[in-house]
Amino acid sequence: MHRIDSRDKKKLFRHEWVKFALFSLLIMILPVLFEGGYLLNVFIFVGIHTLLAVALNLLLGYAGQISLGQAAFFGLGAFASGILTATYGQNPWLMMVVVAAAVGLLAFAIGFPILKLKGHYLAMATLGFGIIVYIIFNEAVELTGGPSGFSGIPNLTVGGITFDSDFKNYYLIWGVTLVTILLSLNLVNSRIGRGLRAIHDSEVAARVMGVNVRLMKVQIFALSAVISSVAGSLYAHTMTFVSPTSFGFNFSVELVTMVIIGGLGSIYGSFLGAALLTLLPEFLRAFQDYDIVVYGFLLVFMTMFMPGGLVRGIPSLVQNLRARIGGGASDA
Amino acid sequence: MPRILSSIVASVAAVFVLSSGAFAAAPIKIGALFAVTGPASFLGEPERNTAQMVVDEINAKGGIGGHKVELVVYDTQGDATKAVQAANRLIKDDKVVAIIGPSTTGDTMAVIPVVEKAQIPLVSCAAGSKITDPPKKWVFKTAQNDSLAVAKIYEDLNKRKISRVAILTVSDGFGSSGREQLKAHAAKYGIQIVSDETYGPKDTDMTAQLTKIKGGQAQAVICWGTNPGPAVIARNAKQLGLKLPLYMSHGVSSKKFIELAGDAAEGIMLPSGRVIVADVLPGSDKQKKSLLAFVKDYQKHFKAEGDHFGGHAWDAVMLLKGAIERGGDTPSAIRDELEKTRGFAGIGGIFNYSSSDHAGLSKDAFVLVEIRNRDWILVK
Repeated sequence: MHRIDSRDKKKLFRHEWVKFALFSLLIMILPVLFEGGYLLNVFIFVGIHTLLAVALNLLLGYAGQISLGQAAFFGLGAFASGILTATYGQNPWLMMVVVAAAVGLLAFAIGFPILKLKGHYLAMATLGFGIIVYIIFNEAVELTGGPSGFSGIPNLTVGGITFDSDFKNYYLIWGVTLVTILLSLNLVNSRIGRGLRAIHDSEVAARVMGVNVRLMKVQIFALSAVISSVAGSLYAHTMTFVSPTSFGFNFSVELVTMVIIGGLGSIYGSFLGAALLTLLPEFLRAFQDYDIVVYGFLLVFMTMFMPGGLVRGIPSLVQNLRARIGGGASDA
Repeated sequence: MPRILSSIVASVAAVFVLSSGAFAAAPIKIGALFAVTGPASFLGEPERNTAQMVVDEINAKGGIGGHKVELVVYDTQGDATKAVQAANRLIKDDKVVAIIGPSTTGDTMAVIPVVEKAQIPLVSCAAGSKITDPPKKWVFKTAQNDSLAVAKIYEDLNKRKISRVAILTVSDGFGSSGREQLKAHAAKYGIQIVSDETYGPKDTDMTAQLTKIKGGQAQAVICWGTNPGPAVIARNAKQLGLKLPLYMSHGVSSKKFIELAGDAAEGIMLPSGRVIVADVLPGSDKQKKSLLAFVKDYQKHFKAEGDHFGGHAWDAVMLLKGAIERGGDTPSAIRDELEKTRGFAGIGGIFNYSSSDHAGLSKDAFVLVEIRNRDWILVK
């Protein structure tokens, strides 16, 4: 059996740090380039979507458990934070933590029966959960404002700083996202991460190896719900308005698409998927009425030619191109 | 690692090239946000069509004060997140001086914080009363409040000396707002709601609710919904032999409803904007000229009947045109002039904005119509 000795481990560790530092640096300097433009606002949503995609990737990419109800956890975080701070005047930071804990508990409770299911049945159960929550958002008019939404949510504040501009919100949201990415990287390279991958490949084998499969699946489901809830709270305080249409079935599917297009089982892939699916529609507006056709075509194209997602597809594409150009040059 | 870096640099460069292509000459730029696709496309599509049609006409006649008008339309898909992104793009990238739309109350509430911060006037095409109640400095709207339609029905009930009614509302945004207004105004008109029933937007049989109403004390039934539910209710009521007067909301004031309900539509009354009865209005009606122009134009361009929803966009563009003609083309000048709009006879009604009223319409914006021989007649 192959053993990673401690020197290799250290090297790997350093490599990961360099990658993360470069990524953080890139994220931190982006606003300087885009200050004042609307794209900065779009990059805020890239940040929120990255959080959600990372959360789902832990579940789908690493543990191999599908969820079509992620938008519900996102929405619960957003609505609960919004209602508790705007209607009941509670402290937003405290509520973000309380709500995330409550959503985590809820996921933990429903996780035990739901995660016994596999494949299509698990997809159906999570889908059902998502739809139930969506209906509650729509029908509990006194609480949520119903289909016309809930407004008047305050911006977050720290000391004397109010996060009320795109520039400030960008750093707030990306700060949280980068920390989450770091923690997730740490998690997937730990004993738990190896356990999750074992579950992905074979639950029986994982159980034989001493992994508590049932508990671990529910734990990762709850963790992904907690991250989604935090993303929801941040979304609510950034937008200062929430409405049920943002948390429907379509958005759950969009999140699954982000994770798959970006690359299953890759944290940075989640970022690429989130960035692509959030930014692409903005650039496709040039096609006007046909933007949806082009969008669909690009997605089909990418899944056909980059089955491993962008994170594996782009490097191999670059390699192919380089080989071809190199080959061409030597022919001449 | 250098491979990843170079691809990142390339993509950032691509972002730059794509984002800086939006500068052109200096026409007056007006932004528009409509739910052209998605569940609210029955609103967004006629609105987009109408807005583009009106702007083309204005340009054909030489623009506003010699300036051409450029309309930048983005699709919100009826999603609040996308509406906010699009509003940001209109303001920061396209640098529009005013925005018309969005189509739905939800989208409108979402973009209000954005336009307020940027200080850009917004003329919404959505109906929700909370858009302009309380009045917000930068936000106006053109669609009639539901409360005006309720008032029209209750007045007619008073005239007929009917005081006990049953209400049957759909459980979506439109129906819940109608239900709220019906209950809120009943006491003022001495009306007692003896039965309060709801149905789902996708229900295909409402016999249960109607049977319950039939067995109760009600002297009239008021139904609040958009197609196709109310047509099912009309048919069910006829099957059950329900003889009570049946009122519908302005949500079904299109020929489509008569088509769906067939003979069961006979005798149904509803409050409606004047657009469906444009040709039978008396010549003295102030809106008649605008209405006929809009209906004829829409027919010519899109081979379809112009409806209220398109009318909301027509009003929004024309209100902005009036404001720009009077006071210039900076956002704050447009806002100030919009607020001074008096007696503008549009499609939705006669608009009188003031600092305390950014909805601008009175209950005269609606007329009560009755369906006879598969057509509309005015109820006097």
